[in-house]
Amino acid sequence: MNDLIWILISAMVVNNFTLALFLGLCPFLGVSGRVATALRMGAANIFVMVITSLAVWFLNTFVLADAPYLRIISFIVVIASLVQIVEMAIKKLSPALFRELGIFLPLITTNCAILGLAIFQTNRGYGLAEGLFFAVGAGLGVTLALVLMASIRERIELSDVPALARNMGLVLILAGTLSLAFTGFAGLFSS
Amino acid sequence: MRATTPTEDLLRGIWRENPVLIQLLGLCPALAVTNTVANGIAMGLATTFVLLGSSLLVSLLSDYIPKEVRISAYILIIATFVTLVDLILAALVPDIHKALGAFIALIVVNCIILGRQEAFASRRPVGRALLDAAGTSMGFMIALLMMSGFRELLGNGSLLGIDVMGPGFEPWIIMILPAGGFFMLGFILLALAWWQGSAQPPVKPRRWPNGVTTITHANAAPREREKVVA
Repeated sequence: MNDLIWILISAMVVNNFTLALFLGLCPFLGVSGRVATALRMGAANIFVMVITSLAVWFLNTFVLADAPYLRIISFIVVIASLVQIVEMAIKKLSPALFRELGIFLPLITTNCAILGLAIFQTNRGYGLAEGLFFAVGAGLGVTLALVLMASIRERIELSDVPALARNMGLVLILAGTLSLAFTGFAGLFSS
Repeated sequence: MRATTPTEDLLRGIWRENPVLIQLLGLCPALAVTNTVANGIAMGLATTFVLLGSSLLVSLLSDYIPKEVRISAYILIIATFVTLVDLILAALVPDIHKALGAFIALIVVNCIILGRQEAFASRRPVGRALLDAAGTSMGFMIALLMMSGFRELLGNGSLLGIDVMGPGFEPWIIMILPAGGFFMLGFILLALAWWQGSAQPPVKPRRWPNGVTTITHANAAPREREKVVA
């Protein structure tokens, strides 16, 4: 159990997908303008990551054991179709939830954070439980990064920034500062 | 769609529509593997191979791919080339393959490649599609070289592993940490914005009916943009 908790914490802060591994930067830079939107994007990310983890575990255990060269293709196809099916199911079963998360699902179906999760899970040989904890930790980490960035950007909007920096340049330097702060968590594993 | 000449197709992606520096696409690999120049070059070459290969196939097959499933078809074609490049690199240069790690497989989800298929290769003849792919690849390579050159030089005092800064240089470790990737791209974008701002022609002074003359400063904050000069 202790190991599982460490997998979760490691994926969430120490090896944060966005700030330490540079995965899923498009949504990080694109949807981090408002805290409310960032939270929903993060929730959608956790959701898709858990589905991905289950699908990857199933594929690795039952389908791809003898055909590792088909991994990239089958991960992409299976994850994309599975998310599509779940999206249709949610639309039917819970329109309220669909309105909250729906528009984000197609955006993140095959972004690099999701495929990265699939590849890391495979390379590290995680089983079902380890994979699920890894997925939840990675999703929480992405959410944390998104919400932190969105709150900083909401504050920045009210401050007097030189026009030169009113583009992505400033956002990237902010992300660098956040990333620098997160390097501090690397010390968690020394003990 | 505006007709373009072959030269435009080739040159457009290199600078004016540079995929990373102008369009801000494909940032994940541009930040993740640019801690050394060697990694940057390997990533650039791998992406070039995938982009050229998939543009060729997409352009050849575009008449036979049904419109409804075109995106899935493009992704399958791209994934095939990525699998090829993954296996080739693992066989030829195992060290580089190990250093780039998951980011080789993640070329599949590099939006530069899918973007060129959807926007260009699927609607143009093979030759044009290849020119466009070559130009875009060169633009990506230039961005990777800029990022990795500065990061390795400042973070390690070397270029391509050869020491160039001399023994007295204290390396800026932060530049090869993940944070350095964000900082470096941020600084490059700021420099580009400054350069483009200063390259703009000076704005003519405006004379207002009450006799005041103002001049517009492109780089000033909005409330200070118009300065009274007389």
